Parts: sequence; C-alpha cells; structure tokens
Amino acid sequence: MKKITLLLSLLLCLPAMAKDIIVKDGDSIQAAVNEAVSGDVILIHPGTYRESVYVDKDNITLRGVVVEGEWPVMEGDHKLNDAILYSGNNFTVEWLKIVHYKGNAIMGQSGNNYVIRNNWVVDTGVYGIFPQYGKNGLIEYNVLSGIEDAAIYVGMCDNVDVKHNEVFDSVAGIEIENTRHALVENNYAHNNTAGILVFITPGLPIKTAYDIIVRDNFVVNNNTPNFGAPGSIVSKVPVGVGIVVMAADDVKIEGNIITGNQTAGIVITDLAFVTDVASDKESEPNPDNIKVLDNLMFNNGFDPVAEVKAAMLTKFKTTGPDILANIGSAQEPDNCILNAERYTSFGIGKWSKCELTTTADVTTYLLPADAAPREIETDADRVARLYKGICAGCHAYNLRMIGPPAMAIQAQYYDNPQGIADYLANPVKKRPDFPPMPSQGHLSEELRLKVAEYMLCLSPKNLEAVAANQGQVAKCEKMSK
Amino acid sequence: MKCLRWLAVFSLIAPAVWAEDPQDDWQLSEVCPPGFVLEGESCKFSSLYSEYPSLQDAGMGGLKVGLPEPRDGFKPAEIDLGRLLFFDPVLSGDGSVSCASCHQPDKGFTDGRALSRGIHGQIAERSAPSLWNVGFLDTLFWDGRAKSLEEQMLGPLYAEHEMGNTPEQLMASLSANPTYVKLFKQAFPERGLTLDTVYIALAAFESSLISLNSRYDLYAHGFHDVLNQNEIEGMNIFRSFVARCGECHTPPLFTNRELAVLGTPEPTGRPLDIGAEGPTGDRSLRGGFKVPTLRNIELTAPYMHSGRFKTLRETVEFYTKGRGHAVPEGEHLSIHWHIWEPKLTDAELDRLVDFLLTLTDQSFMPVIPERVPSGLSVVDALNHSEITTTPVAMGDTP
Ligand code: HEC
Ligand code: HEC
Ligand code: HEC
Repeated sequence: MKKITLLLSLLLCLPAMAKDIIVKDGDSIQAAVNEAVSGDVILIHPGTYRESVYVDKDNITLRGVVVEGEWPVMEGDHKLNDAILYSGNNFTVEWLKIVHYKGNAIMGQSGNNYVIRNNWVVDTGVYGIFPQYGKNGLIEYNVLSGIEDAAIYVGMCDNVDVKHNEVFDSVAGIEIENTRHALVENNYAHNNTAGILVFITPGLPIKTAYDIIVRDNFVVNNNTPNFGAPGSIVSKVPVGVGIVVMAADDVKIEGNIITGNQTAGIVITDLAFVTDVASDKESEPNPDNIKVLDNLMFNNGFDPVAEVKAAMLTKFKTTGPDILANIGSAQEPDNCILNAERYTSFGIGKWSKCELTTTADVTTYLLPADAAPREIETDADRVARLYKGICAGCHAYNLRMIGPPAMAIQAQYYDNPQGIADYLANPVKKRPDFPPMPSQGHLSEELRLKVAEYMLCLSPKNLEAVAANQGQVAKCEKMSK
Repeated sequence: MKCLRWLAVFSLIAPAVWAEDPQDDWQLSEVCPPGFVLEGESCKFSSLYSEYPSLQDAGMGGLKVGLPEPRDGFKPAEIDLGRLLFFDPVLSGDGSVSCASCHQPDKGFTDGRALSRGIHGQIAERSAPSLWNVGFLDTLFWDGRAKSLEEQMLGPLYAEHEMGNTPEQLMASLSANPTYVKLFKQAFPERGLTLDTVYIALAAFESSLISLNSRYDLYAHGFHDVLNQNEIEGMNIFRSFVARCGECHTPPLFTNRELAVLGTPEPTGRPLDIGAEGPTGDRSLRGGFKVPTLRNIELTAPYMHSGRFKTLRETVEFYTKGRGHAVPEGEHLSIHWHIWEPKLTDAELDRLVDFLLTLTDQSFMPVIPERVPSGLSVVDALNHSEITTTPVAMGDTP
C-alpha cells in the first residue's frame, strides 16, 4: 500500500507531507531513501554506515546529525565504490563524514539545484565531490583531503558556486571542467599537486568552459608529488602549480593569495599541456580572454619541474614564475593583466592591460530561481506519453501489430475502462493467434485506469485524445483539454 | 536454420500490418511506426524522454534526461518504402544480400558474426553494429567516418565485398521494376525514384528503429520496482566512478557519441585495427572507435568492433584486466583516461551483466515484409550469412 501511495504522489504530483526520517547507527540510509518521498529530510545520527547510497528521486535531503563532535561516518573500507550517487533534482547532502571509498564521496548525475555542504571527506578514491551534468549547484564549507584526482570536481555543469571549502593532500584541489558560469571563491587549496584547475578536457560530449571566476582563494604550498592514477589527466599535471587554466575561455582570476607553489603560481595554457591524449577537433584548444586582475603572489617557482626549468633557462633564470603563459596561444593579447610589473612572469609580453578592474559585481552564479523542474506538467500529458511510449509499440489504431488494434479493443471495452485496467495488471491469454501480452502490473492502479481511458479515446490518424465513439465523447473531450 | 524458425514465429505474430495484399497491389502505410505520431503529414518522434531537458542540450547525462535531436519528420510512406528497400536483396550487385543480411532484426539488427559476410561470402573488416536508435547518432561506423545515415549507406551499397553494387546498376534495377517506380511516386510525389530518394527512404526506416522501453527505462521514469536488487546493484556499478561505464556509455542512449581509444584485442591472427586514425590521419586516435550503444546488447553478440568477445561477461571483464593489457607489443595507443584499473570483483562483473540485460527492448520491432517488390527472397537474404559455405577465416569467429 505504501508503495502505491509513494508512486501515486510521485506520478500525480500530489503534495505529500514532507517528513523527517531518522536513521541511527545500525540502520540503513538506503532504506530511508527508499521510503522517502519528495520533500523528506533524512536525519543521519552518529554511527558508522557501510553502504553505497543512491538517490533517484527529487527533493531529498540527507542531513548528518553531529552530536558533541561525533559525526555520522560513511565508511567504504576501500571496498565500496561511491558513498552517495544522486540523480534527483533539488538534492541536498550535508554534515556527513565520508571515508575510504574507491570512486567518489558524492557523485551527481544530472541532478539540478543541488547543495553539497559541511561534509568532511577523507580518502574517497578518485574524487571527493563530483557533480556531473547538473545545473545550478552550491558546494560550500566542505573539507576534503587525500583524493587521488580532484577533491572537488565540477564536470560538465552550468551555474555553480564553489565557496569556503578546504582541499588538501590531493592531486588537484578544485577542478572546474567543461563547465560554464562558475564562481570559485574563498577556498583554501593547499598541499595538493596543483591547487585549482580550470580545464577544457578534450573528448567529452560537452565541449566548452567559459565565464568562470576564481576569486579570493588561498592557493598555497601545492607541492605534493603527483599520485594520480596512471593515464589520468591529472597525472600529467606538474607538481607545484597554484592555478592552471587550460583551454577555458573568459576566466577571471582576482584577489587570490598564491604563494609557495614550487613550479609556478598561475599557468595559462592550451591543450598541449597534457600529452598522450586522443585529440578532439571539436574542442577549441586556446585559452581566450583570460583576465588576471590583482592577486597577491610571491615565492612561487622556487623549485620548478624540469620542463619549466628548461624554459626559464632560455630567459637566463633557474626559478619558475608567478605567471607562466609561454605555451602557444596563451601568449596572445586577448588575454590581459593588471599591474603586470609586480610579478615574475614568462609569456605574457603581448598581453594587454585589463580594462576590467574587479569582478565584484558578480556575487553568485546560482540562478535566481531553481532550474526548471523536469516533472511533466499535467496528468493528461503523462498518460498520453505513457501510452505512446509503452502501449503504442504493440497496439496500433486500426492495424494488427504485436497486439490487437486499439479499434477492436475500443469496441470490446467501450464502456468499461476498469476492465482494461484490470487486464493490464494480469493479462491472460485470450486470442490463439496472438502472443501473450506482458503484464503492466508495475503501473499503479490509478495510472492503469487512466491509460485505459486514454486508449478508449484514440482516433485513427494520430494518437491525440479525441472522441472515438459515442459512449466516450464526453470523457474524451474532457481529457483533451 | 535458427533464423528460419524465428522468422516463422515472427510472421505468425505480426503479419499483415502494413496492408500488403497478395495481389500486386502494393500500398505504403499511412500510419507512423510506433514511437512516432503523425503531425501534419510527417511522423514526429515521441517518447517519455521527450519531456526532459538535458544540460547544454547534449541529450545525455543520467536517468531523467532528454535525448539528442532525433532524425524524424519523415512521412509514413517514406518510412514504409525504406522498410521494403532494407529487406530487398535487389539493392546488392547480385541480388543475394540485403541490408538485413547483416542487420538482422532478431539479432538486434546485427548478424551474429564477428566479421560480417558480404556478397560471394566475402568477409567485411568489422562486426556489424546494431541499428537500434541509430537515428540519434551523428557519428557512424566504428571509426566514425560517416556523419549521416545517407553518407553511411554509400559504404555497404557500393563496397565490393559488402553489397557490391554501383549507383548506375542500382538505379537501373529499381527503374526496371514498375512496383518500385510506383511506390517511389507514392512516397515522393515530386521527385519519384532517384538515388537520393532511395537514400532518404532507407534513412527514414533506419531512424524509426526505436528501443527506449526497456525495464531500465521504466526505472529511469520513476517506476523503481521494475528492477530487482541485483540489477539495481549492477546499475550502480555501471554508473559509479570506479567502473565508469556510464561516462562513455551515457544514458539514455548508452553512448556519449564520442570516439575513445580502449585498446581492445583483435581476434587471434588479425592485425591491429587502427580505427579512427584511418579516416582522420590523427595518430592520437589510433585504435579509437566510437562508443557503441549498449541497448539490446543481449542480442548482439559477439562484441566489440572485431567481434572478439563471445559473451557479455568476457566483454565486461576486459575493463578490469588492466589498462592497455591487450595492446600488441611495440604499439603505443593513447588510451582513454577512463580506462584504468577498477579492480572489479567477480560478483561486480556478474551484476554489470545483470544490468546490461535490462536494456533489452524490441517492442517496436518493425514488421519483416513477407515479400518485396523485386520478387527476390527476403528469407534467403536474411539467411545469407548462415548458409554461406566459405570457411571462417580467423581464429575467434564463431
Ligand atoms: C509487448 C507488446 C504489448 C504491449 C507493450 C502492450 N500490449 Fe496490450 N496486448 C498485447 C497482445 C499480444 C495482446 C493480445 C493478448 C491475447 O489476446 O492473448 C494484447 C491485448 C490487449 C488488450 C485486450 C485485452 C482483452 O481482454 O482482449 C488490451 C485492452 C491491451 N492489450 C491494452 C494495452 C495497454 C493499455 C498497454 C500499455 C499500458 C498495452 N496493452 C501494452 C501486446 C502488448
Ligand atoms: C555485408 C554486411 C553488411 C551489409 C549488407 C550492410 N551492412 Fe551496415 N554495417 C556492416 C558493418 C560490418 C558495419 C560496420 C563497418 C565499420 O564500422 O567499418 C556496418 C555499419 C552500418 C551502420 C553504422 C552504424 C553505427 O552505429 O555506426 C549503419 C547505419 C548501417 N550499417 C546501415 C546499413 C544499411 C542501410 C545497409 C543497406 C544499404 C547496410 N548497412 C548493409 C555490415 C553490413
Ligand atoms: C572510455 C570510454 C568507455 C568506457 C569507460 C567504457 N566503455 Fe564500453 N566501449 C567503449 C568503446 C569505444 C567500445 C568499442 C571498442 C571496440 O570495439 O574496440 C566499447 C564497447 C563495449 C561493449 C561492446 C559493445 C558492442 O556492441 O560490441 C560493451 C558490452 C561495453 N563496452 C560495456 C562497457 C562496460 C560494462 C563498461 C564499464 C565497466 C564500459 N563499457 C566502459 C567505450 C567505453
């Protein structure tokens, strides 16, 4: 019964009463998610939870309850893949400690309007926090360490704010990849191989990265030897870089404190930066329209990697620069800088002086209102689509297909939609010259009745709900509104 | 033989749908195929997925996510004419092979062979891919060398070892057939029979092969009870960042429509297939192939461009046997970064296979014509690859 209500409220958008679901040590978080409906908050109390949790529903919140310093811990024992996978819209996860997973702590696939905050993530494999294909997300106040790729990895997203996070002891601190409209602000990225990456990676289905602000971050002492997995893109990043912009466009770097990074403070480069990667002629390789506004930089490049050292030797120097832009089109004058004379640099000779002096007018890239919900608007739409999507594959209007024509069924059931609904749940073999019909029992009772009514309203030329026979006229007219 | 038996069953369940009567009075359908609705005169694609958006309109990403632009807008008659052409061996040089010889409906529109067989039993270079949902692809052939269905079909039609035809002969044999002349007039009142209208009709039919109603799809649309625990576990492994299957085989199409260098093995004795390096001349794409869809993967063995793997289990296991483990000695391939060492357990591989089996859906199977206007045998062409007596050339072909 519960299942039916759940399905109904999902399907019919009935406003369900949002509730709290309590999870305590020994319980399963997934069981709570399975029980939850849109709007519910799952409160996870201190304890150790060894599971992978997936959330394929909208409007679900996972909230850890921290009691006197005791956190709820999701423990992967280096065996479980991901701690949390979500695909639903308006997903929030906060106040969880997540450790020792193989893949990710938190991974999103196409969930919009996500909030990921106040989580404490240690050694969760490839990434810590990884929203993908999502629009409108906030990632703030998380602390992550010990990640073998990027601690926070925003991949193929639009409109995201990444603020007030601490990322350290990882290969990359924060990576913004093939993403548009991103604000990376006030984060502390230290002791990684590289602090903050803004990348176009070739070979991905969404090809662009632009309109990105990297502002007021502390990017300090990122000198941890690269321990990325062999073959991974980040394994090719040289040790000791504060910020790397690769091939992305319209990136503004302002107000950061960038110090103590042994190879360089900021690197601006085209795609040649990573080698031995299959090329993608649809990825535009040049970093265009990069703006380096005022930043505080010193003590970068004190012990550069060999390639950078060799490049610097051509300038009779042995140390690396604050700003390195010597590769390909990174040197072009569409890139600009303020107060260039303050920094040691290589490759910015042709850069222009920025007209822009501050990005202060941008306070957030989050959307003023949530990204559009993906729920289908009306009941009638949903039913029509269900019929066309499922039933019409076997039932044409007036032709025999896998199943008998809808016209014949209309004659048989014209005043009896309930009869069809019952048949759908439990189809018995009726016609010797037809195969059995597969049960549609996975559809709720109410939905089965609606689909049945829809079927009785079909007309010959198309599948619009128009009256097909006298008995149904009124009903069908109502439905077509 | 197997094929014959199957065909008998199929014609039992779905005969006269497209209103063919035994007299020579051919009529093309006025009804759109399943999955399409008539809008004005043409068929518009319609699915539960049509309502969902997708980031940057990429047409991929997760469960409730929209599809890429479909190829639609064809008229019912064009699609139906394409169906007849697809099954008609008159399209080949010697009248022995139809498109359906290598793209057989009961095998997910593949041929069950590692390497396909063309006319006179000649062996093609690669394995025949499935044609389900092919209307959504913008990159065709394993090496991605064609950008449209119309461009693609010139390959098999005129390749000496596939259908062995020429444009001149194709036009000649179709124009000599009054039924085709009439049907083309019906489907294309203005243009009638031309090479272009042949290509359009074939493309129209191919684009109507929609498979988006698997049990997986019902899960995606919110009916969570339809998958069992093992299948859900498999889905979570599939989309996890350990296995990373979903990064390339991205739903809803289960392909991200990109090329990727995996370094899959060739059958014993065959040299490395350079894949996308061929058409592009780009060394970094050596051994690169387009990411194939996994829909109806249960039906399309053997697997990979060379048909090297006989079972899904072997295929899936490839991904956990080590990055580059099958690259020939002395070769260097720029292997994709998602190919790594995920260390999947045996149980995880089993669950992945469980999940892949939920992607089967043939409910929109088109009807195989019992006869075609040329009068040639549809069934012989379908059996073409079974009855050939040419011995199998290379090691691992079944
Ligand atoms: C996979 C193919 C298939 C699908 C999908 C399908 N049907 Fe059927 N349907 C059949 C077949 C085959 C029969 C005939 C069964 C028999 O007579 O034994 C049938 C029979 C029926 C009947 C006649 C029952 C009777 O008492 O004679 C109804 C009503 C019906 N289907 C409705 C639906 C609806 C509504 C849907 C969508 C929710 C649907 N079907 C989906 C194949 C299908
Ligand atoms: C001799 C067997 C054979 C015949 C006959 C044949 N094909 Fe193919 N088809 C193949 C093979 C093999 C490939 C893959 C070739 C490659 O990638 O190099 C292929 C690829 C394709 C593709 C690309 C699918 C994709 O996902 O990239 C399409 C579309 C296609 N064929 C349609 C057709 C049509 C239409 C016809 C009839 C005009 C036809 N084929 C005839 C064997 C055949
Ligand atoms: C880097 C992108 C990528 C990843 C990750 C990936 N695949 Fe593939 N997959 C491909 C490509 C490319 C091919 C074709 C390779 C070839 O023919 O040599 C393929 C082929 C396949 C095939 C055979 C398809 C056919 O029609 O023959 C299966 C099955 C498959 N992959 C399953 C998986 C599973 C399961 C995973 C996760 C363990 C996975 N793939 C991960 C790109 C990928």
